Amino acid sequence: MAEKKHKTAKGAIEWDYSPALESTSHVQLKDRYDLFIGGKFVKPSSGLYFDTINPANEEKLAEVGHGNAADIDKAVKAARKAYNEVWSIMPAKERAKYIFRIARIMQERAREFAVVETLDAGKTIREARDIDIPLACNHLFYYAGWADKLEYAFPNRSVRSLGVVGQIIPWNFPLLMAAWKIGPALATGNTIVLKPAESTPLTALLLAEVIKESGLPEGVVNIVTGFGDAGAALVNHPDVNKIAFTGSTNVGKLIQQAVAGTKKKVTLELGGKSANIIFQDAAIDQAVEGIVNGIFFNQGHVCCAGSRLFLQEPVYEEVLRKLKDRIQTLIVGNPLDKNTDVGAINSKEQLDTIHKYLKIGKKEGAEMYQPECPLPAKGYYCPPTLFTNVAQSSIIAQEEIFGPVLTIQTFRTVDEVIQKANNSPYGLAAGIWTEKGSQIFNVSSRLRAGVIWANTYNKFDPTSPFGGYKESGFGREGGIHGLAPYVKLEAL
Amino acid sequence: MRLEILKTYKLFIGGQFPRTESGRYYPALNKKGEVIANMCLSSRKDVKNAVVSARKVQLAWGEKTAFNRSQIIYRIAEMLEGRRDQFISELVKQGISKNKAEEEVNLAVDRIVYYAGWCDKFAPIFSSVNPVASSHFNFSALEPMGVVGIFASETSSLIGLISLILPVIVGGNTCVVLASESLPLCAVTLAEVINTSDVPGGVVNILTGKAGELASTFASHMDINALFYAGSDEALLSELQQKANSNLKRVYSYTYDWGSEKGQDVYIINDFQEVKTTWHPIENVGGASSNY
Repeated sequence: MAEKKHKTAKGAIEWDYSPALESTSHVQLKDRYDLFIGGKFVKPSSGLYFDTINPANEEKLAEVGHGNAADIDKAVKAARKAYNEVWSIMPAKERAKYIFRIARIMQERAREFAVVETLDAGKTIREARDIDIPLACNHLFYYAGWADKLEYAFPNRSVRSLGVVGQIIPWNFPLLMAAWKIGPALATGNTIVLKPAESTPLTALLLAEVIKESGLPEGVVNIVTGFGDAGAALVNHPDVNKIAFTGSTNVGKLIQQAVAGTKKKVTLELGGKSANIIFQDAAIDQAVEGIVNGIFFNQGHVCCAGSRLFLQEPVYEEVLRKLKDRIQTLIVGNPLDKNTDVGAINSKEQLDTIHKYLKIGKKEGAEMYQPECPLPAKGYYCPPTLFTNVAQSSIIAQEEIFGPVLTIQTFRTVDEVIQKANNSPYGLAAGIWTEKGSQIFNVSSRLRAGVIWANTYNKFDPTSPFGGYKESGFGREGGIHGLAPYVKLEAL
Repeated sequence: MRLEILKTYKLFIGGQFPRTESGRYYPALNKKGEVIANMCLSSRKDVKNAVVSARKVQLAWGEKTAFNRSQIIYRIAEMLEGRRDQFISELVKQGISKNKAEEEVNLAVDRIVYYAGWCDKFAPIFSSVNPVASSHFNFSALEPMGVVGIFASETSSLIGLISLILPVIVGGNTCVVLASESLPLCAVTLAEVINTSDVPGGVVNILTGKAGELASTFASHMDINALFYAGSDEALLSELQQKANSNLKRVYSYTYDWGSEKGQDVYIINDFQEVKTTWHPIENVGGASSNY
């Protein structure tokens, strides 16, 4: 896979890019990783380990502890002890300093984190290096500063921590999601049991090393790797005060049901099928970049991906032509190569899901377009894919595919596109492209979605609350609003 | 000797006063166990009809200016003040002393005025402009959740109802309310007050009946966005929470003492709001490029 050939169009110039591989020489993965409970790395009680592989070449990277309900119980006990004895009584400014310190050590080890994230998740090194890792560090840095300022976030209230929080995170942004969860929970004085996704456990385990290195009191953060059964054990554990989950809507619904009748607080950050709307007066070239970033960022493994494109009829032909030209230039391949635009699909299972939807799309009568691009022989890859001739009722326009697959529909009027965009059980995000300010305010206020990107897409920041309407979940992560899920408020 | 005209207690759906489509009723009793009125025993179909009305008007209610909502809600207080004697007599009928009844009505009027004032004030308290580390303008604003299902408190007939409806509609939501089963009289009279207060029909819909019978319909209805439970029946709350997963309803339960000065709270308004965050590039901030 040393060479990548690119054709801008049939018979036109071929572009060769020399490989620009990020070195992995400074990364020393261990053969085996244990669970992180009570400040120590401990063997899973089952004695079992499972492999984590590199989806870019299907090679085994390491094996990690297969945590089960017994390990979750141990971790919750460690977290409760740390909560009672240390963390809940520590002065807030000291709490803050620990979180600052963790953020700083992560920054120091940023390159290592980026490489491991790319190896384990299949995402491009450019994204891991420039987006995932810095954002994760910044998130912790941001929330660290909140720890001793919570009263300012909740006027006329005194703020109390909840206790032990259980956090279950997905495989699409492994370290970033860990940081999104850990930052606000620690800042507000809670202790944590975190369960990473089974296909991407490594950066969470590196984070465990950082936490150990930081001297954070033992048991304040516990990390238990494992599968869905470990997650379920965490959700159902009677001594957990709050569950924060990021993942699929189906699992989110099960969690909401499972915690019914308990006093557990819940936040759910779930699926999406976000609309990206291009009006005829939009800056088309910028919009095309926004469309590409909206759906092909992180191989489309993004809950807020702009996976439904709506083009106003007068610009349909132009946008489609430019979009096809643009995706012809995208380089799909080794995620470690700095030239690569679209990396590996996270797992075999996810690739199968994507293929299933491609089949459904074709069967439903939609027209599929993929650029000519060579795919590596080993590993899980899917070229950027467009579907035109898509009906509002098409399965591929309704269900979350979670891959580099874009459905394209057209519209004539503003009211029409608002109705089409809102006609989804999801409501996570949306994009609007127009040069008319009043149109942005009109459309953005009528779209039922938690994040609106106007003339931009897929931007994230620690200060910016993120989360959905409707079946995309509830609660917000990030910003001042991201504190509320982790506190109880008492009248003064 | 003049024969008193008795009032027929009906439902309040979409600004109209229908009887339950089911034709069923249940007797409302006073403390001595005597029948004081026949109440409509609402059915699942009544709930569904009420949700249709609530949904139909939600966008229009939510898009009214906050100032306008404030004026309309203040008008509810004016109308209630004018009908205070009727409420007092109903409260007394349902078994509390005249003094207590007067206190409750006073508190109710004051509470409506309190919430009327919040309409155009809660947003800046709970929204934010977020200083992102890129060249974008980014803000988080509040929006109504939509249609809210409310289960009124069984502890009081008027104040327990007002205290739940107000924070919900102040925030631009519409609601379907199931009145207290044991103390239902004021609910219907309150509907008459609301109906004469410039509140658009459908913003508040009030049903009478049994929570145990209708909980499942509320919780599993796909066009209700949130539930507000103020009772003390843990099993019922648990059922609501379980079935709310049909469309991931937000479920809030509160244990305020509604009859006290502390039974009002701007944080309840905020609970029934969604946070929407909007980004837009800025051409150039501090020399940074936005990258769109």
